Amino acid sequence: MKIKETLFNPLFKDNPIALQILGICSALAVTTKLETSLVMSAAVVAVCGFSNLFVSIIRNHIPSSIRIIAQMIVIASLVILTDQILKAFLYDVAKGLSVYISLIITNCIVMGRTEGFAMKNGPFISFVDGIGNGLGYSIVLIFVGFFRELFGSGTLMGYKVLPLVADGGWYQPNGMALLSPSAFFLIGFFIWGLRTWKKDQVETE
Amino acid sequence: MHKDSTAKTLLVAFLLCLTCSVLVSTAAVKLKSRQVENKKLDIKKNLLLASKLIKPTASKDEINEAYKNVEAKLVDLETGEFVTDMDPGSFDAVKASKDPKRNVIIPSDKDIAKIKRRSKIEKIYFVKENGVIKQIVLPVNGKGLWSTLYGFMVLGTDTKTVLGLGFYQHGETAGLGGEVDNPKWKAQWAGKVAFDNDWNPVLKVVKGGVVEGTSTSQHEVDGLSGATITGNGVTGLVNYWLGSHGFGSFLAKFRASQTQGGM
Repeated sequence: MKIKETLFNPLFKDNPIALQILGICSALAVTTKLETSLVMSAAVVAVCGFSNLFVSIIRNHIPSSIRIIAQMIVIASLVILTDQILKAFLYDVAKGLSVYISLIITNCIVMGRTEGFAMKNGPFISFVDGIGNGLGYSIVLIFVGFFRELFGSGTLMGYKVLPLVADGGWYQPNGMALLSPSAFFLIGFFIWGLRTWKKDQVETE
Repeated sequence: MHKDSTAKTLLVAFLLCLTCSVLVSTAAVKLKSRQVENKKLDIKKNLLLASKLIKPTASKDEINEAYKNVEAKLVDLETGEFVTDMDPGSFDAVKASKDPKRNVIIPSDKDIAKIKRRSKIEKIYFVKENGVIKQIVLPVNGKGLWSTLYGFMVLGTDTKTVLGLGFYQHGETAGLGGEVDNPKWKAQWAGKVAFDNDWNPVLKVVKGGVVEGTSTSQHEVDGLSGATITGNGVTGLVNYWLGSHGFGSFLAKFRASQTQGGM
């Protein structure tokens, strides 16, 4: 039961973006297309899960004076590894994500989970927590990426869904959907929807 | 040893760094050849896309097949003559531009691409059809807002009709300056006239948009909204490379040889 909760709570009940408002920066930057959102999500899930795992394994040996740096080294190494693998096997996507893969290092979600969870819990449950929070981040990213690509380019995963006026169709693409501010609106709608569904997330005034 | 003692702190820091550095460097070394290959293929793909020989969805084999129609040549920019005693395949102009023995400093009044120095020799490409030259592909680069843009400009054999332009490497803002990769924006370049009657390069990315029907509209393409500086950078770099300090002498030699029916 505890494993299930650790894995699924971050999806809606304790979503890192929607409730903890962490990791917004990359959620704005990489979500112009669904494909990059998906790859970014996979990368964050992997980094988040494994950094939690490794930090948890060595947690009893990490001196408290350098614990943040120690976590950072683990996270940074895993991110570089992910970046190298993407460049070798998914070059086009890696090019589209450019610096944002490297910027997972600075994603508050990853660091937040290693410091807040993995330093106090066992390796397995920490790994599950990392995956769960990565997935929570992914849900928002995929939601935003889906609507931005659909409204901004009239496509999904590069396939034409709404025929554009410029190609003789009827859909006038919404240019703003391709710009970062549109992600704010979408995340706003996501949080609105979530809090309408789960009323306990609404802060008392 | 106590967890928070100085000795333990140093030991943990050392071991952690060692493990992580071994991990990262192993991955970097092992994957390097694959990454280099990807990068080369990507440059080929962008060259072929700018020349419109392939579709954006082309596979690796299609790219390599289409690339057989492309012939690389080295050109000395000062004289405009071909360099025949070097192998075009292994020549890297970006590397050469950083080598004091092989580069030239661009005088600041000529440096409209804002790149400060360039290689003395550049690699150009001919796209051939049944052995006849149909397109000239020139490598171009220059500063945008954040980054140096690297790409290809494709000209017809009259050396002034633009057939295409595309960038294979840049770090401009996605959605704004990054829209230089937008196929619709790139498509505008086709058919533009690169030079005025005196062979001065006059291409321009226009803020706002091109007013059709004016005397200059044949030299202009629409700017990208929210990307004025990237647009100015593109204007600077195409005109630098087409100008007298860039490929000017080579293009003049090429025109002369065309009228004599040689080359």
